Amino acid sequence: MPPFRNGLLKRKAGSIEVNQNDSAKASEESEEGSADEDLLRGELDTAGDATDSEHEDEEAAASDHEQDEVLFDDSADSTFGDDDQADIASEESSDLTDSEADDESENDDDVDDSDTQDNTDDDEASVDSGAESGVTHTQSGASDSDTEKPAKDIKTKISKATKQKPETKPKATKNAKQKSSRESEHRTKTKSKTDASIDRLADTIQKASVNIQPVGQKDEYESGDTSDEEDRRNTVGEVPMWWYNEYPHVGYDTDGRRIVKPPQRDQIDDFLKKCEDPDFWRTVRDPSTGQDVVLSKQDLELIQRLRAGHVPDAAHDDYQPWVEWFSREVLATPLRAFPEHKRSFLPSRSEQQQVARIVHALKMGWTKTRKQLADERRKKREKHFYNLWGSAASEEEERQRGIHKHIPAPRRALPSHAESYNPPPEYLLDAKELKEWNKLSETPWKRKYTFLPTRYASLREVPAYERFTRERFLRCLDLYLAPRAIKMRLTIGPDDLVPKLPAPRDLQPFPTAEALCLRGHAGLVRSADFDPSGQYIVSGGDDATVKVWETSTGRCLRSIALDGPVSRVAWIPTPGLSLVAAAAGARLLLLNPGADIGAHRVAARTDELLEEPPPQHDVQVDSRTASCAEWQRVSPEQWARGVRLSVLHFRAVTHVAWHARGDYVCASLADAASRAVVVHQLSRRRSQLPFSRNKGLVQCAIFHPTRPLLFVATQRVVRVYDLVKQELVRKLLTGAQWVSHMAVHPAGDNLLVASYDRKLIWFDLELSSKPYQTLRLHGGAVRCVAFHRRYPLFASGGDDEHIVVSHGMVYNDLLQNPLLVPLKQLRAGPRAEQLCVLELRWHPAQPWLLAAGADATLRLYT
Amino acid sequence: MVSKKKKKYSSGEGAQFMTRKAALKKLQLSLKDFRRICILKGIYPREPRNRKRAQKGAGGIKTLYHTKDIKFLLHEPIIWKLRELKVYQQKIRRARAMREYRNMKKFLRDYPDINIDHIVKERYPTFVDALRDLDDCLTLCFLFSTFPSLKKVPRDQSMLCRRLTVEFMHAVIAAKALRKVFVSVKGYYYQVELEGQTITWIVPHHFSFQPQNKDEVDFKIMSTFVEFYTMMLGFVNFKLYHSLNLVYPPKLTAAFSADDKELIDEHAYVAERIAAMNLSLARVEGSNEAEELPEIDIFNTEDEDPQKLEEAKLEAEKIKKLKTMFKGLKFFINREVPREPLVFIIRCFGGEVSWDKDHFVGATFDESDESIAYHIVDRPTMDKQYLSRYYVQPQWVFDSVNARTLLPINNYLMGAVLPPHLSPFVDKTKDQVYIPPEEKALNDPNFKPLDDDQSGSDIEEASDEDKEDEEEADSEEDGDAEAALAKQYQQEVEEDSDSDDDEEGVDPEKKKLAKEKKKAMAVTAGVPHKEHPYQKEIEDKQAFRLREKLVRKKHRNLYKSMKAGQEKRKKEIWLLRKKRRLHDEKAKEEKKVEKRQKRQQALEQASA
Repeated sequence: MPPFRNGLLKRKAGSIEVNQNDSAKASEESEEGSADEDLLRGELDTAGDATDSEHEDEEAAASDHEQDEVLFDDSADSTFGDDDQADIASEESSDLTDSEADDESENDDDVDDSDTQDNTDDDEASVDSGAESGVTHTQSGASDSDTEKPAKDIKTKISKATKQKPETKPKATKNAKQKSSRESEHRTKTKSKTDASIDRLADTIQKASVNIQPVGQKDEYESGDTSDEEDRRNTVGEVPMWWYNEYPHVGYDTDGRRIVKPPQRDQIDDFLKKCEDPDFWRTVRDPSTGQDVVLSKQDLELIQRLRAGHVPDAAHDDYQPWVEWFSREVLATPLRAFPEHKRSFLPSRSEQQQVARIVHALKMGWTKTRKQLADERRKKREKHFYNLWGSAASEEEERQRGIHKHIPAPRRALPSHAESYNPPPEYLLDAKELKEWNKLSETPWKRKYTFLPTRYASLREVPAYERFTRERFLRCLDLYLAPRAIKMRLTIGPDDLVPKLPAPRDLQPFPTAEALCLRGHAGLVRSADFDPSGQYIVSGGDDATVKVWETSTGRCLRSIALDGPVSRVAWIPTPGLSLVAAAAGARLLLLNPGADIGAHRVAARTDELLEEPPPQHDVQVDSRTASCAEWQRVSPEQWARGVRLSVLHFRAVTHVAWHARGDYVCASLADAASRAVVVHQLSRRRSQLPFSRNKGLVQCAIFHPTRPLLFVATQRVVRVYDLVKQELVRKLLTGAQWVSHMAVHPAGDNLLVASYDRKLIWFDLELSSKPYQTLRLHGGAVRCVAFHRRYPLFASGGDDEHIVVSHGMVYNDLLQNPLLVPLKQLRAGPRAEQLCVLELRWHPAQPWLLAAGADATLRLYT
Repeated sequence: MVSKKKKKYSSGEGAQFMTRKAALKKLQLSLKDFRRICILKGIYPREPRNRKRAQKGAGGIKTLYHTKDIKFLLHEPIIWKLRELKVYQQKIRRARAMREYRNMKKFLRDYPDINIDHIVKERYPTFVDALRDLDDCLTLCFLFSTFPSLKKVPRDQSMLCRRLTVEFMHAVIAAKALRKVFVSVKGYYYQVELEGQTITWIVPHHFSFQPQNKDEVDFKIMSTFVEFYTMMLGFVNFKLYHSLNLVYPPKLTAAFSADDKELIDEHAYVAERIAAMNLSLARVEGSNEAEELPEIDIFNTEDEDPQKLEEAKLEAEKIKKLKTMFKGLKFFINREVPREPLVFIIRCFGGEVSWDKDHFVGATFDESDESIAYHIVDRPTMDKQYLSRYYVQPQWVFDSVNARTLLPINNYLMGAVLPPHLSPFVDKTKDQVYIPPEEKALNDPNFKPLDDDQSGSDIEEASDEDKEDEEEADSEEDGDAEAALAKQYQQEVEEDSDSDDDEEGVDPEKKKLAKEKKKAMAVTAGVPHKEHPYQKEIEDKQAFRLREKLVRKKHRNLYKSMKAGQEKRKKEIWLLRKKRRLHDEKAKEEKKVEKRQKRQQALEQASA
């Protein structure tokens, strides 16, 4: 055991005594305390448990060598276990304990006795000095007899110590010598320090002498305190102590020797120490040396003062009289050794100017206080409003400046009843509407309202509208971001777009209801016609018969069976003859319906006329025409059936039209290219092909009622040919996709064209070649149109179940355009094979309409 | 000589418009500054007639400005101010970076202000122009006056807004210009008429400020708008005060007691009293108090319809009456009632108003005042009630203003279930507008709610007889006119789908007649020909339907859409009527049940 330890021990005991005894000598002891403080860095811990002090120290060092701060001894508990230790350590002191180190320490604990012994041996060999150690061992062994350490340990240690005695003696003497020399040094040091305060110095010198003198005379251990303390100082400097984790030492003392880590202590030791050592609570571990230090009373006081926030020095007097070294009183001797500079006597030029300026400003009343300035600034910042629109003079000028063609932003719509806080109940959403509302939560712009109509029972329940700010923001965005344009707003209602026409009631007569339904055909009735007097009706259809009906009664007078489906029948327009042209397949037949129909004299005359063919030399037929149409001789049985003339064409006949005088019949052939239109002259039994070139798919061809013109409708165009001059007069562009049928106004100046694309196209031939008006009165294809011969009526029918009767007034005044007024929709028969009305005919005298239907009936509307 | 080929888009629409990017380049401004100047100057993008040409052939949709507008901006002095500001901001930034905080503070303190007076004058050359554009201004200012201090908004802006809006309200009170009010779920709508311009604005309900998501609302943009609007509103206020012979900035007429003045900062004290809106403002000296407008002279101009003139006269009379509607009446506002709107309205129509003096400053009389005529409460019951006054709910005030008379208070008494609050802004002159029964009752004193009159039943029956073949399904329907309307609507829908049902309806009768004739060859008494009562309408309808087909192709789509709109509105009205009817029926039923229960209870009690 080194001598300084024992010395420390004793000194400590002494100091405690001092503490207990004289508290009056505070000033002295503070000095002493400072010395003690230094001393404390040495190992004071040995006082408690000498036998295993090394071990303890080592353990402590091992566990705490990383710590930089003061660690109270309670932390020795940390060896209980990893977790506990961590917790406790963190609670009790803010230092960091490395877990590795802990492990080590535990390992150290666990190692066998032999190991510890070895360690202690090494320690002792290096650190211990002198024979005194033996004494201390025995002393401490005696004092710590009731420690829990196995007695065996203690014994072995004692024995070892005794063994080492002789070896360590010389060292001890050496140490003692060194110590004395250092003491003297220290003395001088302390002297120099105390120069500062003279009155204290005296005390300290006295004291130092008191302390030091006994060194030689008295106990050598007592004397070694201050210098020893110096020795134990760790010289590693300000380095993190964990650098030494892996080494057995914690640094080097002033002589360059290693400071060995003190032995570790386990919890039991700690506990025991806690129980035994009355100073345990004031024991602190020095991180740099790893030694336990018992804090002296002065230290504690010092800590207390620091905690309380006082000046650490207890002797410091806050209220000592103030010495004014630097005062305005002129001292006999200057405080400073050098004289004042000249500059300090002369006034500064720039300052003088500044001052002059300030003085002048003060004189003039220009200066303002800071508050005034701030006020001024605030006032300036405040908005000042004045009569901006006061002078009207520059108004015009201002008006010229500005945004080009300014479009003011539209105002927001004003709220409806639904927006009320208490709306009428019908505006609140019912369950169905609410469901719809919720469904549109992803797409709120599709909702009926931008807000949910809600009813609040009273005004105080109305909350703030949460989208208010957002809505205003969107309005702001609209104002500066939305492109503006002038949009014309329509002030008209939809009814203004409907043309103003006279009421149908004023345009009577026109057929309003179905009067007769003629049944008898077995198939589609393809065609029908009135006789020129209007007494009879002839019809032909797919059942290959031509039937003649009486108009007034609806009786079928005659039925003529032909050898093919009849596509067209047409009664000769002249009253003097009784002839019906019927197209059956490729054959055009001229029938005389019979003696009992109409005036039998007329029938007889017709027969007479047609009985003998005209002289053949008249007929000069070129080969082209001959190949197209062939006048055939009528067999007697055919004659008996009523057939008077028969013309065989090379293609099927689709349309037949009489010339107004009744001498000519125009037949249109299907797929016949340039020979599609054939004109037959009855009187000479001759055929003509008016066209030499193909102009398109011919739909139908009709004669002009008065002039020698022929209208030929191809798919999209209607061509008007002059038959005399043999030239194209006009080409009418229908604008329709596919023309189906056409009719000429009895006056001859207007043409009505029907098309499969549901249009009715009215041409005013005197106006232009473009349609005068296009009517879309039908829901399906229009298949037939007809003009009334006397009344300003026309009718159209097609695939939809309606026949439209319209008023088509043509004025004699050339300046007045025709007036077209749809009058009535008549219900046609049911549809068959997607066809409905196939032919429409007007009664020659009455406003009666005959419709040939696809349902094998003929209907008469009156 | 070969003439130089003209470059494309150097004239016409291509040269008239400028994309935003080009505008930025031309003005040498950042987008932020450009936005600001656009807002201040009121420049907006335009919709070109031909976008492709206007964008110089570029695809997509670009923001296009009129080139002349951009050139107009180019001459704006503020642009230079904005550029200077940019430099100034750099200075601040530098000072901050160099940690020269004193300098920075000084820079911040002396941050230059942009004066935009001339822009107000430029955008609104006349006062009326400004009034015409005041809607958005007022709404935004009223909103901002409720805002707390925000990061992106200058500190004193909301205070300024508050001040200006209060001043404006004072001007409205002094001018007695308020015409219509409406409490909606969004806020209070007010409509005033100043110089012949109607101005409508919304004041949000209490606690309107809610923190907004950053991508929902950009307060910076709104603040720029407010910057301009405050300027505009300030000048408008000044002009209004000027024309009303009031002192601007407003001063109060009433003198204060000396001890009050000592106690408080005078400025704040006056501002508070002004905000209370309960005292009239000081007039310019030498001006007489009441300036009544002269009577409208009637000029017999030929183009003016005498009926119209009469109407205008009547309207003027009504408005004159409205202006003094509350004159001489004393109101007391209970503390749960929103004070500001009610004070504003009551004062606008000449009423005197007060409130609990702990509630807000500026109360003029106490609750215990016996001369109070109306006490406005918004709570079901009150402990202490005075017999000398009516306790009405606040809606009475709003409804009375809209009705332009003092409505009977029966429906508005304390704790009563209020009648619906209707919007006064619905344009009744338009056709196809649904008018709730309450409004009808208000307009026409003889009007009876539909559900309890049975007068329509006989008409209904008559029509039922005629159309029995069509309307068998709903013949059991009771006779109220709305049902009839609904039926008619349905019938029309049916007719639209196929039109000739009616004709078929006629035919069987004829056939029957013919059959009868066939049966017996005897001469029977002649049956008078019975014309179908709706024959004419049906015929007209059919004729119209045919005529409809003659709408020109050019207008056909327009016609269709107009028709569809009409149909939609019709349906909406029909739906509202239906909902109302169902609601009324339900309410009636409930009432009946209640009554029965009461009677039963009474009987039980009697028997017991």
